[in-house]
Amino acid sequence: MTASPVLAERATASACPACIAAPSAERLAASGDLKDARLVLSLPTAHCAVCISDVERTLGGYPGVRSARVNLTMKRVSVEAEPDVTAEDLIAALDGIGYEAHELDPGMLSATETDRRGRDLLMRIGVAGFAMMNIMLLSIAVWSGAQDATRDLFHWISAAIALPTVIFAGQPFFASAWTSLKARRLGMDVPISLAIILASSISVYETMHSGHHAYFDAAVMLTFFLLVGRYLDYRTRAVARSAAEELAALEVARATVLRDGAEHVVPVGELMPGDLVRIPPGARVPADGEVVEGTSEMDRSVLTGESLPVWAGPGVTLSTGEVNLTGPLTLRVTAAGRDSSLHRMAELVSLAESAKNKYTSLAERAARAYSPLVHLLSFAAFAFWMWRTGGDMRYAVNISAAVLIITCPCALGLAVPAVVTAASGKLFRGGMLIKDGTALERLAEVDTVVFDKTGTLTQGTPEPVNLSDLSPKVLPVAAALAGASSHPLARALADGAAAMGVTPAGVTDLREVPGYGIEGQWQGCRVRLGRADWLGAEAGDVTATHLGIEGQPPVSIRFADRLRPGAEDAVRAFQAQGKPVWLVSGDVEGAVARLAERLGITNWRAGVLPLEKAALVGDLTAGGHRVLMVGDGLNDTAALAAAHVSISPASALDAARTASDIVLLGQDLAPVAEAVRISTKARRRIKENFAISLMYNVVAVPIALVGLATPLAAALAMSLSSITVSLNSLRLK
Amino acid sequence: MEALTYSIPISLLLGGVGLAAFFWSLRSRQYDDPKGDSERILSKEFDDKPKV
Repeated sequence: MTASPVLAERATASACPACIAAPSAERLAASGDLKDARLVLSLPTAHCAVCISDVERTLGGYPGVRSARVNLTMKRVSVEAEPDVTAEDLIAALDGIGYEAHELDPGMLSATETDRRGRDLLMRIGVAGFAMMNIMLLSIAVWSGAQDATRDLFHWISAAIALPTVIFAGQPFFASAWTSLKARRLGMDVPISLAIILASSISVYETMHSGHHAYFDAAVMLTFFLLVGRYLDYRTRAVARSAAEELAALEVARATVLRDGAEHVVPVGELMPGDLVRIPPGARVPADGEVVEGTSEMDRSVLTGESLPVWAGPGVTLSTGEVNLTGPLTLRVTAAGRDSSLHRMAELVSLAESAKNKYTSLAERAARAYSPLVHLLSFAAFAFWMWRTGGDMRYAVNISAAVLIITCPCALGLAVPAVVTAASGKLFRGGMLIKDGTALERLAEVDTVVFDKTGTLTQGTPEPVNLSDLSPKVLPVAAALAGASSHPLARALADGAAAMGVTPAGVTDLREVPGYGIEGQWQGCRVRLGRADWLGAEAGDVTATHLGIEGQPPVSIRFADRLRPGAEDAVRAFQAQGKPVWLVSGDVEGAVARLAERLGITNWRAGVLPLEKAALVGDLTAGGHRVLMVGDGLNDTAALAAAHVSISPASALDAARTASDIVLLGQDLAPVAEAVRISTKARRRIKENFAISLMYNVVAVPIALVGLATPLAAALAMSLSSITVSLNSLRLK
Repeated sequence: MEALTYSIPISLLLGGVGLAAFFWSLRSRQYDDPKGDSERILSKEFDDKPKV
């Protein structure tokens, strides 16, 4: 376990507010004294100087906070605070000034914060750059005609700078070449290492024999440019990995178990069948089980896509992932861990994932063709000149080294990383995290888009639609009843009434009946707000709550799911790009049809089971389509994994985020369409870059083969191709 | 040609100073938040001293 005792304390606080007030004695004893809390929050919407100072001022002024520091590059804020400050408080404070924030588990993030490998690479780049500039100065003197002793002296000084540099800075390539050789493969790093080593050793040999040509500049330049490419590649991966860690850190999965009459907080993985688990209102069900005590309503939307809450009481079976809405429940676990429905879903996901891992990126395909070709060319040049010159080893080795240096994939090594860095940076600024390096390429190939409804196109938060139909006499009563409950529908109703300027009526004796609704006394009548069957009203197929005043027929208040901002734009943008859009939901037909009509989607399916969703995506794929799946629920995970590429919002369930390639950090859905556009452009740039480096090789390789390549020509070809490729990547708009 | 005897060491020394400065900036974590730093410089709030 990576979390510190302090973190465990906080997690407890989120699971049961009472536990923080009376922390268990053992835990206090175990941790000695309480250390300061170090909290890390993700800030997906921060983007400017004002955001930095707003967030730092708000958090800095919060009682108990010692310091707060925003990292805008990572979109995070780290906070040093007194032990009793919890992330929930800070998130609420930030929400108050309009910033979305999520808690991250600092234990999970420590690996990326130190970032040793990145700094190690930067250090090597610095050394290689320093050596390259100095050797280039000396080389220019040689190229412009330094003779005899002066040339030898310059070569010796170059050697003195170049050899330690190559040995130090080239290590990443040597190590990776060695690993791939041991595995009997020819990776891209084998010709690179060969070129660097061959160029350096020939140059030393030439220098010792007062030769004309030394390739020290080329060897160091090669190292420098390739290190830059390697660093960019590493950065993208590090961002992707930290994204994955960030997501893993988002959800701290714990459950409150009743054992021997006392409450214990345990990690969800330790739950056993037969355990009694307490589920407070607002919490997620941690394992499959049967309710033994309490009544409530459950939100199953992440499991099934249904937006209507379902009644739960003793005897009702619950599945992992459902959210308890109103009353506290006690659950007897029937299946946990490996056997739970969540785990079965995860197995399905891993099956589909392994299929996805077989995707070969453009760079891999290029390297696979390139590596053998380079070796073959170099060896052919060596053999040919050995034969032609009648065994002049020095000349033949010189030529084959020149071929290796010139063909060396400087531009190729930069072509993909530079574009991917530019593109993923652009997506990150748009609020998207790319978890997988090849996701960008796969996104570019998409021709069909499948959306989930609840929680994806809609926010999963209801809004009342027919408040204006209610009589002005009844509305204040509804507002008063709704104001006393924390049920999502009640809260939406109270907010809606407040927005209309309704003052709640004086309802007394308010009492919440968990699983049913809320009741009270108003002007001597019993008034109730809640489920249809509780009031004797007729249940429709629309999310609704019902208001019953004694002696009057019940009135139903209907709700529609609020559209996620940008949903309309995203759907329209995909349709404008000529990509068919599907709406596939587990919700009832009425709700899905209305949303499809509102968004102008003609292909829609309602009441779809999780496996059917995956099957639908599979059918589309079998029909030759490349599917982009956008979804958030547990019922989407299989489909997310089966799709060519998948996106889920940050509010999605852990499993769904794990299964998807890209995570949308903000609330807005509009960047999704933008991402597809950017990735298409990025793919085009990568191909252009390949073409550019190929062009340079087509010109330079014959020159090297016939033995006309000088160190100057090699340096020119290398730097020109690398610079053109980098500039072309920057054109990505 | 005597110029070389001091110009080459000088150029190496200057380059070395640059390299040392780069190492220092790397070690003192000045590349951890390039985007934030470029924004902070525009705000007067951070003028007196860098926040730790």
